[in-house]
This record gives sequence, structure tokens and C-alpha cells, in this order.
Amino acid sequence: MSDPANILEVREVNKSFHDPVTVPVLKDVSLDVKRGEFVSITGKSGCGKSTLLYILSTMDTDYAGEVSIDGERTTGLDGSRLAAIRNEKIGFVFQFHYLLPEFSVLNNVMLPGLKLGRKSTAEVEADAIAHLKELGMGDQALKMANQLSGGQKQRVAIARALINDPLIIMGDEPTGNLDKRNSEIVFGIFERIANEHGRSLLIVTHDGDLAARTHRNIVMEDGRVVK
Amino acid sequence: MRLLISIAVTILRAKLRQSIVAAVGVMFSITMFVTLLGFMNGLNQLLDGLILNRTPHVRLYNEMKASPVQPIERASSDTMVHHFIRSVKPRSELQKLRNAMGIMRTLENDPRVLAISPRLVAQVFFNVGTTDLNAQVSGIDVDQEVRYYMFADYLVQGEARDLATGNNAVVLGKGLADMMEAKVGDVVQVTTAAGDRALLRVSGIFQSGIADYDKVQCYASIKTVQELLGRPSSYYTDVNVKLKDILLAPAVAKELAVRFDVDAVDIQTANAQFETGSNVRSIISYAVGVVLLIVAGFGIYNILNMLIYEKLDTIAILKATGFSGGDVRRIFLALSMIIGIVGAIGGLLFGFGLQHVIDNIPFVTQALPTVTTFPIDYDPKYYIIAVTFALLTTWIAGWFPARKAAQVDPVEIIRGK
Repeated sequence: MSDPANILEVREVNKSFHDPVTVPVLKDVSLDVKRGEFVSITGKSGCGKSTLLYILSTMDTDYAGEVSIDGERTTGLDGSRLAAIRNEKIGFVFQFHYLLPEFSVLNNVMLPGLKLGRKSTAEVEADAIAHLKELGMGDQALKMANQLSGGQKQRVAIARALINDPLIIMGDEPTGNLDKRNSEIVFGIFERIANEHGRSLLIVTHDGDLAARTHRNIVMEDGRVVK
Repeated sequence: MRLLISIAVTILRAKLRQSIVAAVGVMFSITMFVTLLGFMNGLNQLLDGLILNRTPHVRLYNEMKASPVQPIERASSDTMVHHFIRSVKPRSELQKLRNAMGIMRTLENDPRVLAISPRLVAQVFFNVGTTDLNAQVSGIDVDQEVRYYMFADYLVQGEARDLATGNNAVVLGKGLADMMEAKVGDVVQVTTAAGDRALLRVSGIFQSGIADYDKVQCYASIKTVQELLGRPSSYYTDVNVKLKDILLAPAVAKELAVRFDVDAVDIQTANAQFETGSNVRSIISYAVGVVLLIVAGFGIYNILNMLIYEKLDTIAILKATGFSGGDVRRIFLALSMIIGIVGAIGGLLFGFGLQHVIDNIPFVTQALPTVTTFPIDYDPKYYIIAVTFALLTTWIAGWFPARKAAQVDPVEIIRGK
């Protein structure tokens, strides 16, 4: 049923918020993301694009319909299996930088790798340093996370998203909280990841200019995919 | 698991002050628990020892009592008449324990018996100037009494050995010696109930801790008392039995009373109030100790709850990057257990230290001649109980907040900004 060329398949996903009255937020959403594709989702505030992203990320499990990642149906799986899928196959970048303030930059990047446990600590550390260097953050590795500026934090978050060589990177307004210059740097990194490393990306944004630079732009309106 | 523990440690270090406060709470409660129980039980043992060390588990004797059947009752079987004539009175000879040698031989072969020691107790008068002081002299088997009843511990002057070897030697109670102004080496004159007089040499002074007892009690060897009373060497009034298991005393006393047709009293019956007192004191100290630990548990619970509230972002990110709810629960449980273990180790060390401090505080009392400092029971049992309880309370106190952390919905936190 699922096409092996697709990294992500979404079939007729519906979701409503029930508090205080039932409001449908997603209506029969279906879409595919191919391996190596850089996809953006745009739409007005409240159209359900972030809600969709959190369903795709497996963190939100309260929906009707079906989601498959890398050919594995994630709908209805238990919490620990979903956590393992997130750890291994998905990299996240959020609007707010969400680094762990107790840990150093390097440890922030390393944590998902250590959790996966596929490589030794030394190898994970070498990978983390390589990713940080690639993103121009090599000299900040030993600083604490809260000593960095916003743009720097977002680059560390991208390095963290890359540490386990995920199949897909998801971003919820990753440039939404950055100034023009930092937005440009971060988006440039995304383009490089997509074009040079051939990774799939799914980015939610409200910035039409940036969306136009991706391979494909999905437009949402009122809980439906319109384009 | 090592990764989860290292995350827990990192979070703890970031919140060092709260963590230390929680650990100090546990430490304080364990310190107090260990010290309180050690001190309380030290006191219990001291006070119990005051009586129990010196009291035989079972005492066999003949009580002086009126003859239950008077001769006239044998002559007339008419139950409708009342007999006014009660001419048979108790004889002093009745105090003698009949067949004492046989009883002792039998008991020596009884596997439940630790030691037996015969006694010969007699009433005497000490003649001081024109007054006679009433006293009770106990003829004892000195070696047995020293070994099993701590006789030597209560001698404040003189040596137990002198009493055993010296002819006509006597050890006076402190109060008695003071009244007679007698010193070790003095010779005192004694009159028996039968009117015989003799001279005894004071070889020591003892102090039991019970002043009334020390005013009327003195000890001599059995042989001396037998000679004093003019009785043969088989004449004893008491046989004291020390059992291997003190709890058997009531049953053994009943059995021996029937078997040898004598009176028998066991230590539980004779000193019931001591055991009750000890038990109540133990229960109170356990209750206070456990309450302290539970209060420390509430402290941990509060601090962890606060910590989780402050660390919602961290929890959300951990979950988003692939840590499951179970992982998050284990992180916070590990955090709680680290606080508990660190507090417990500190508490044991401080508790041991505080016990030592109390153990060295001078405590001199007339009543207890052998005691110079406050008594402490260093039984490792209290340490084990304290640690077990502390770890149990920290585990429970950590479990509820940890479960809450595991249930945090990351989407709500991440989108909520």
C-alpha cells in the first residue's frame, strides 16, 4: 500500500479541539513527502498547519486517520515505540530554541545520540562536533546553552536534529523568532541539508519568500490542504 | 539507565540548592532516628540491666505459709462445724528447700538451663553499739554470681574474690555500711534470729542502685552463712536458675513448681512493669523516628513537584527528541533516589557521630555506680531500619511527581509559548 519512495504518508487525517466547544481544525488532510524532498507548509495563522506538524511528528496522537513514516504505520502505536521513532527517524527544530539550559551546547547535541545508543559516547561526541563545525558553531561547543544568542541556539538545535541522521527533519516556524540575517543563515542551512545531503525536510512557515525556495509548497486553509 | 542517571545528576546540579535542602531533610531525619533509637535503647538496656542482670529467670524457694490442714480437721470430718483451734504454726525449718541437691543435679542436665546457683537467705541483726540493725544476709556461690549476675559490677570497694576465699567475710550494702560506719577490713558483730553471735570481716561494699535495698542487704559465701546458722552444708533456701532463653521463664517456672513441689517465680511475673516500660519507650522512639522520615519524604515530594514545574521545557524537549514517558519517569525517580541515598549516607555518618557525642557526655548517678556516661546502643539494626525506611519514603515521594512528569504532554508545552 505504501509507496517506498515516500518517507511520509498522511491519509485523511481529521482532528478537532474539544475545549470548550468542538472545533474541527484538520479536515481530511492527505499528503505525501518523498525521500529527499524539501517541503514547506504555509497558511494563515490558525489554519492548522502546526497542529498537522505535531500529528506528523508522532507527539500528538489524538486524531482520526492514518500516518506512516518510512513505511511504518505510526497511528495507534504505544508511547515508547513512538518515542523510539522520534529518536531515530525524526529531527526537530522548533520556533523557540528549546535547548536544555542545564547542559552544555555539546551535550545538548549529543543527548538524542546517546539515547539511541547505536554509537559509543566518543563517536557521538565526534559526530556532534562535526555537525556543530559544519554549522559554524564549532568554537561554542563547550559553552552552556543559555550563553548563546537566538540565531546560535537555533543552529545548535539543527545540529541536535541531525545527530541521529534522521530520515526527515521537521521544523515548526524555525525562522519565526529570528531576525532577517539569522533567518537567512538558518534557511541556508536547511537548503544545504536538503540539496547536499539529500535529506527530507518538512517546514511549517508563514514566510512566503522562504516557502518559495523549497521544492514544494503545501498551502493550507481552514484545516484543508488547498494546494 | 546510565544516561538517565547522568541526566538526573545534571538536573540536580543545576538546582543544587533545592537538592541540598531536600537531602539535608533526609539526613536530619536519619540522624535523629539513629541517635534517638540508639540512646533510647541504651537507656532501656541500662534500666533493664539494673533489675534483669541481677534477677534469676526462675527462683525456686519455699514460702512460709500456714498449714492448710490442721490436725483437728483430720479428726472430725463434719463440715458443718467451724474449727477455732489452729495450733500448728509454720516452722522456720520449712524455709529450707527440701532435696535442694537433687533439684540442682536434675537442673544441671536440663538443656534449657544456662546456670544454676543456690542461695541461703537469712535474717540477721548487726550489733552497732547499743542498737541492732536488721539485715538480710544472702549466702551466695560467689563464682556463679559474678559470672551470671554481674555481682562484681556492683562492688564499689573490695574484690569479689576475697568474699569467696575469705572465711567469715561479708560484703555490706552501701547504706548499711554507712549506718555502721564500717570500712573494708573492719570486723562487725552479727546476731542470728536464733540468738547466735558471730564476728564477720567486711571484705567489700556494694551499691545496687536501689537505696532501700542497699540499707538492708549483705552478702557472704554460702559456707559462712551455713556456719553462722549452724546448718549442714546441704541447707539452702533458694535455687536461682538462669535460662538460655528468658522468654521460656514462665513455662519453666510452672513446670518446676509442680515437678519439685516448691514455689517458683519467674522474672516476667516478678518484674512485669520493666518490660512494659521498655516496650513503650521503644514504640515511642520508633514512632517519632518514622514521623521524621515521613516529614522528610514530604519535603522531597514538594521540592520535586516544584522542580518538575520548573523543568517542563526540559521534559518536553526530552520527549520530543525521543525519550519516552518511562524514561522521563525514571530520570525523576533517579533524581529522588539520589537525594535519598546522599541524605541517608550523610544521616548515618552524622547519626554515628551524634551517638558518639552523647556516649561521651558524663552521666554520674548514685543509683548506677558502673555508669559514667550516657548509655548508647550502637546496634546496626537501627542503621538498617533507618536507611530502609528513608529509601522507601524517598521512592514513594519521588514516584508521584515522576509519574506526573512522565505524563507531561510535550505538544502543549512547545505550542504553549
